Amino acid sequence: MTNTHKDFSQVGLKDDEEDFVDILEERRRGSDLSFAFRTFSPQPYKAAPPCSTAELNRVVLESQFLRYVTKEIAREMELSVEEVEEEARNILGEMSQNLQLGFIRLMGYTFNKVFKRLYSSIFVNMEGLNRLHQATQENPVILMPNHRSYIDFLVISFIMFCYDIPIPVIAAGIPLAGMRIVGEILRRSGAFFIRRAIGSDKLYWAVLSEYVRTIVKKGFAPLEFFVEGFRSRTLKSLSPKLGMMHMVLEPFFKGEVFDVTLLPISISYERVLEESLLAHELLGVPKPKESTMGLLKASRVLSENYGSMHVNFGRPLSVRQLCEGRINRCQYNLIPRDLPEKPTAEAQAFANWLAHLVVRNQEEGSQISPWSLMCGLLLQVPTPVLTEEGFPWHQLTERTLWLRKLAQDFGARLNWPDGVPDSDVMSSSAALHRGIVQRKAGCVFLVQEDEPARTHPARPEEGVMKTAAAALMLVSYRNQSLHVFVRPALLATAMHITKSTHRDELLPFFSFLQDVFSYEFLFIPGESLQDFEEACRLLKKCGAVHVNQQEVTAAQGGMEVLSFLQDLLKPFIDSYQLMFRYLCEAESVFLTEKEFLLAVRDLATKLLLTADLHTYEALSSDLQKNVLSALRRLEALTKLSSSVSNKFKVNKAAVERTADMLSGKIPPLNLQASPDARL
Amino acid sequence: MASNSCGGGSDRQMAAQHRLSVIAGHLQRPSGSNTAILAAECKAQGSKPFVSSERRTVPRRRQEIMKWNGWGYSDSKFVYNKKGQAEFTGKRYKLSGMIIPGLKDWMENTFGATLQHKTTATPALNSTSVPPPALNEAFMEELKSTGVPFSADAEDRVFRAHGHCLHEIFALREGKIGRVPDMVVWPNCHNDVVKIVELACKHNVCLIPYGGGTSVSSALECPPEESRSIVSLDTSQMNRILWIDEKNLTAHVEAGIIGQDLENLLNESGYCTGHEPDSMEFSSLGGWVATRASGMKKNIYGNIEDLVIHIKMVTPQGVIEKSCQGPRMSTGPDIHHFIMGSEGTLGVITEVTMKIRPVPEYQKYGSVVFPNFEQGVACLREVARQRCAPASIRLMDNEQFKFGHALKPQVSSIFTSFLDGLKKFYITKFKGFDPNRLCVATLLFEGDREKVLQHEKQVYDIAAKFGGLAAGEDNGQRGYMLTFVIAYLRDLGMDYFVIGESFETSVPWDRVLDICRNVKARIVRECKDKGVQFPPLSTCRVTQTYDAGACVYFYFAFNYRGLGDPVHVYEQVEHAAREEILANGGSLSHHHGVGKLRKEWMRETVSSVGIGMLQSVKDYVDPNNIFGSRNLL
Repeated sequence: MTNTHKDFSQVGLKDDEEDFVDILEERRRGSDLSFAFRTFSPQPYKAAPPCSTAELNRVVLESQFLRYVTKEIAREMELSVEEVEEEARNILGEMSQNLQLGFIRLMGYTFNKVFKRLYSSIFVNMEGLNRLHQATQENPVILMPNHRSYIDFLVISFIMFCYDIPIPVIAAGIPLAGMRIVGEILRRSGAFFIRRAIGSDKLYWAVLSEYVRTIVKKGFAPLEFFVEGFRSRTLKSLSPKLGMMHMVLEPFFKGEVFDVTLLPISISYERVLEESLLAHELLGVPKPKESTMGLLKASRVLSENYGSMHVNFGRPLSVRQLCEGRINRCQYNLIPRDLPEKPTAEAQAFANWLAHLVVRNQEEGSQISPWSLMCGLLLQVPTPVLTEEGFPWHQLTERTLWLRKLAQDFGARLNWPDGVPDSDVMSSSAALHRGIVQRKAGCVFLVQEDEPARTHPARPEEGVMKTAAAALMLVSYRNQSLHVFVRPALLATAMHITKSTHRDELLPFFSFLQDVFSYEFLFIPGESLQDFEEACRLLKKCGAVHVNQQEVTAAQGGMEVLSFLQDLLKPFIDSYQLMFRYLCEAESVFLTEKEFLLAVRDLATKLLLTADLHTYEALSSDLQKNVLSALRRLEALTKLSSSVSNKFKVNKAAVERTADMLSGKIPPLNLQASPDARL
Repeated sequence: MASNSCGGGSDRQMAAQHRLSVIAGHLQRPSGSNTAILAAECKAQGSKPFVSSERRTVPRRRQEIMKWNGWGYSDSKFVYNKKGQAEFTGKRYKLSGMIIPGLKDWMENTFGATLQHKTTATPALNSTSVPPPALNEAFMEELKSTGVPFSADAEDRVFRAHGHCLHEIFALREGKIGRVPDMVVWPNCHNDVVKIVELACKHNVCLIPYGGGTSVSSALECPPEESRSIVSLDTSQMNRILWIDEKNLTAHVEAGIIGQDLENLLNESGYCTGHEPDSMEFSSLGGWVATRASGMKKNIYGNIEDLVIHIKMVTPQGVIEKSCQGPRMSTGPDIHHFIMGSEGTLGVITEVTMKIRPVPEYQKYGSVVFPNFEQGVACLREVARQRCAPASIRLMDNEQFKFGHALKPQVSSIFTSFLDGLKKFYITKFKGFDPNRLCVATLLFEGDREKVLQHEKQVYDIAAKFGGLAAGEDNGQRGYMLTFVIAYLRDLGMDYFVIGESFETSVPWDRVLDICRNVKARIVRECKDKGVQFPPLSTCRVTQTYDAGACVYFYFAFNYRGLGDPVHVYEQVEHAAREEILANGGSLSHHHGVGKLRKEWMRETVSSVGIGMLQSVKDYVDPNNIFGSRNLL
């Protein structure tokens, strides 16, 4: 009984706010075919007339904006206008969606089959869906889901099809378009494709932005895009990309639509389809190219169970309301609105703020599974214990229940079924993830990868790699709940490192940590003080600290919470320090990203073997890249503009200073982080 | 007004009757008023006025013919008769005496305003509620010796204390009287004004010029903080055409003349100015100049700035005027542009020379139905691009089209109603126009018969390219009638808990659709947010076309039942709507002016340097703020 995953979908969910409904339940009762042929009668915004692909593309190509850009480029590149126009037409051809109801039906049919097999249930909050239904009729709607799995792509469309909401047009990465047949199916299901490295291709930017703006202005369908830009390898929120954000905001800034509604959507997986693929990618095994054959081969994964999925439609955000007092729309009065212009500093700051706000909404709307809490706890157990002796199951149960209480205090949405014994819930979670942990003799063990039989004796480094994949999967699942704890954890860490109780020392250190880890944990820019206050409030609420006007002091009996929170951040601090040290001690001040990743991985592997490093997270290429980004932002690294291969120059003194601040040796300066210009 | 001028036999008869009644009114005066009214003809004018000045619409005592707490003539208003049908009373207008069967349902369906819920306005002005006048005795004594008539009668003063903003009329209906002028003077000619201004400067009295009283910018409101005696300078008796120059086609006119009198008098000599603002029944020439007015037929005749050749204005520093009547000059910044739009802050405009034209041989109304507003705007844009706009071209949105429909008078013959039904069938069923999306453009052509017909064809051909269908002369004419009737309709609305007003802007062509949609939507949203219980009427029309843009007019009204402070809610929504206009690239005003209502946006509108320029002119011309209406700046 203990080693099977149980389906608790019949049991009501604990959720004070909204009721989730399992949409697969109804599907299981009806036939797939009749579902696919159901009458689908969505009502678009302001009864906007449907817009055919040809019509949409024509409007884009004939736009005044593109005419300006085309002429400009023709002049710069010494081409004829016709040549540039032809190029624009090609770009649009490669990009454009071709939404057809027939294919939506086909998709509905297929997904019905696939989803029913993969997932025990897909929970959707009906209230959110109703709000969305309402919103689609009032203003252009932008659907903004988080991105954790390829499944994200079409699950929203599937739900829309089920509930008579216009099928969205979805921004997707170009590699998907390259897949034979599948690319075309996606295209006809409403996906349009964006190249990955657009860089400074002016014409491409122009076509893309006009295409997106036209979709928003026409409002015939919601637009869906992933503000994080990429699928998160670590299941943690990624720094939002602002390019698309600007494109959807501009029609509002310029008065071309009355308002734009942003709808954050949180998709939470109990088990992610690509879990092991992702872990290996993080360890440096390259991502397989998206191909139809690859997909068919991957059909093996389709025979497994992936538990439940939650799709939480958040509250609609009105851009009009949010930009009050932040954007002066009169600034667009004096130049033709079609003239290509860079977003103003004001608009950039707003887009950045808004994108972060959406991510925060996504985080708050996500559903925390028991498994994520368990992972957080298992990662605080020394790895050798997990691989060799095993960790007592009853202890894990006890700790998880304790953590559940803490998460609830911190306001997390928990996906913990009511009316089922807690032990069953946990057993079932562990069983679902039997590829990562196994239970033997009352203890939990980390699963080590089976290596194919080798002729030569295994090197010790390979032992590390065997454990690493499972460890990084634990890390990823822990990350699903990281946002719940991160603010209190930063405060707990600040208290621990500064050994201070004074707010005016804690707050700067808190902000410093936010800056250093700005690529690990996302915070709304400019709201550091609010984050600090929130951390204080939450820690006070769970009785871990006393808070007054000047001081934050640890409460008696607060140590359990505080030390858990400190340990939660420890892997990050240790990994960052390791990499800071590497940069300071490296022979050259010049290095490429690739060199850095390889060297740091080797160093971390060595230290893990000698037990001088305890966290496998240092092996994660994601974290390694974040260190580089953070240092660039803190201006301790500069990218050499001439280099093609991401070459950096290291300011060793600055890195060392950052390391010293992080270890508490010197107090944090008010770091002047340069504003983001990430588009 | 348009319907007045498009003469028929009965209209002439009506005009004659009207004339008689006005003369009778003159004869009855002076009534039992106990304040001193000294009548003295202006002797200063050497030459006799060119045109007989016997028949004038506006008497010194406006209360004899006009409402004290509503729009227009006392005898003309909308009422619900015993059968519960709407009816327009009086004999002055085409619609007068007619039943309007559709209006009641429209009021109910649009506002939820039913006959059961009626408000009652204060029936008559209670003089005791009017604050006693703060008179400057020395000023009064010297004024008496000049022989210029004046009065401190409560009614006279209250009549000149307001324009026609919603809050002004609403307060009057409630019997609430705020700060009002302490005295009214009626100069008879330019020299009278010179004397009054001299005395005002000498005795530090605040002057507020008053023309037709149709301001909708709070320009006539007395600043509550004004502690000096406030004198309302009523120009209505300066209403003569002093000469007509047929060689150059100009006329020299006293600035107090009101629009309809000016047109009627010129018509007698075979001329017209062609300047027809919607308020022309009551608004004055001086007021047009002081607010930069715009006329319905500006496409042929131009706006006031195009019509004016010469202006005489009396300021505290003396009289300002140009030395010749050259049609255009390169003599530094045009000083006329300090005067036009000065809104009574620099002086009193006393005489104006303006262009006149021979009365056109032929006039023809027309209308075009478009499947939707977008198509209609595209058509107007094309007409403007080809520079072939008729004398007037206006595009009403769907709500206003329905409104116009509701104002159709009862049709007498079954045949007409059958025809109407047929037309409707043709448009909605045969042509597939959605009755909830279609919109209508009204047209007015003027000129030689042949050219009009040619012009008409050109415009209809363009319209056809945008899916427009010609919809007949009647619809066109009714559209223009709506313009003056709507002001009366507001009074009916107020009887049944509906308040509303219009406001306008000008905007580049590419933003017309966006501004219409966004402002209308903003109004609806603000009403909802402010707790208005019923959906508001939020509608617009494009009323003027220019090479580079258009003038857009919004109507906004709502049923205020259930609101504690409806006027405050109204003002908040109007404020938000104006913000929305500015954010969408619209101007602060196309022709209503700034007054005190829109002052707060002047700096962002003309920049700080611009404000400084205007202020320095004010400081030089009127250092002691004698013209203390505090408009504009």
